[in-house]
Amino acid sequence: MLNWDMSQNEMENRFTKGKSAILEMPLARVKTEVSVSAFALLFSEMVQYCQSRVYSVAELQGRLASMGHGVGASLLDVLVMREKNGKRETKVLNILLFIKVNVWKALFGKEADKLEQANDDDKTYYIIEKDPVINAYISVPKENSTLNCAAFTGGIVEAILTHSGFPAKVTVHWHKGTTLMIKFDAAVIARDKTLDGR
Amino acid sequence: MSRQSNRTTDNKKMNSELFTLTYGALVTQLCKDYENDEEVNKQLDKMGYNIGVRLIEDFLARSSVGRCQDFRETADVIAKVAFKMYLGITPSVTNWSPAGDEFSLILESNPLVDFVELPDNHNTLIYSNLLCGVLRGALEMVQMAVDVRFAQDTLRGDNVTEIRMKFIKRIEENLPAGDE
Repeated sequence: MLNWDMSQNEMENRFTKGKSAILEMPLARVKTEVSVSAFALLFSEMVQYCQSRVYSVAELQGRLASMGHGVGASLLDVLVMREKNGKRETKVLNILLFIKVNVWKALFGKEADKLEQANDDDKTYYIIEKDPVINAYISVPKENSTLNCAAFTGGIVEAILTHSGFPAKVTVHWHKGTTLMIKFDAAVIARDKTLDGR
Repeated sequence: MSRQSNRTTDNKKMNSELFTLTYGALVTQLCKDYENDEEVNKQLDKMGYNIGVRLIEDFLARSSVGRCQDFRETADVIAKVAFKMYLGITPSVTNWSPAGDEFSLILESNPLVDFVELPDNHNTLIYSNLLCGVLRGALEMVQMAVDVRFAQDTLRGDNVTEIRMKFIKRIEENLPAGDE
């Protein structure tokens, strides 16, 4: 997981020094479980660590999101292989459903509560989760009431969309629980329209 | 006190992949933020310690395990109850020192390292060092000072992952003066 900035040299090493054991591991999920408490405690340390290095809520959420990016990027390929037989989505609606159903199930064991499109803007979609597991054990201090640690989930979603060829910005809001607001690049929507009817 | 018995002790589970990947994201971030592996190891241990200090209460509440009579019993509880409860694995307890103050936990699988491969420029990184901190922090809260370190790690090419634990001393409770 630490190796997405591989240099040419490392790349060569990797293929010449013999197969690493990790390449022999099956992709199919061996279902293993950990306790939610273990995750909550780990996540809490992460948030505290990020907090010790920033000055504002926005920066803190930014840091959480960038950690989420790492998770999303690692998860995408394995999910596409497992759930879609290696076939990538090409339509906006399908990639959103992939996130609502497959990604959510892999991460949280359930589908996301809702997927909605903004009434007045065809670039904007919402994924709504009433009680995200991530926020279950977090109480937000009054003075930072806008902080939503699901920014981490936002980062995961943003990475999955971006790496699938649907560049988008994902922001997180307190609305009907937690709402992830997905704003696609204009080019993505334009491309999707040309695909209509095919 | 009577209310406590009504408390829910169900231990909710989740898919380990989110946990594994989240831990990976954390270690990646630490590697970016710190100059060298030693600093990262130290930071992981510190975070683990903070987790352990909080985790012990959760553990005692859910497991209803009583006070351990000796270090051997402690070892068994850690391996068979605690690891099982939090990480879904049961390490084996072996390699006791003759004095009975030191043992090894052998982890057949370690959920923290699924998908993980250490790049060559991080060969002194102790990837799962968080676990050492957790064990040290949790035991300190039940008056046991221990030394915990990784003796072997599959990530570095060893056949198994081995955590070595050594009992140092009992921590006497220091009551504040005049609080008898």
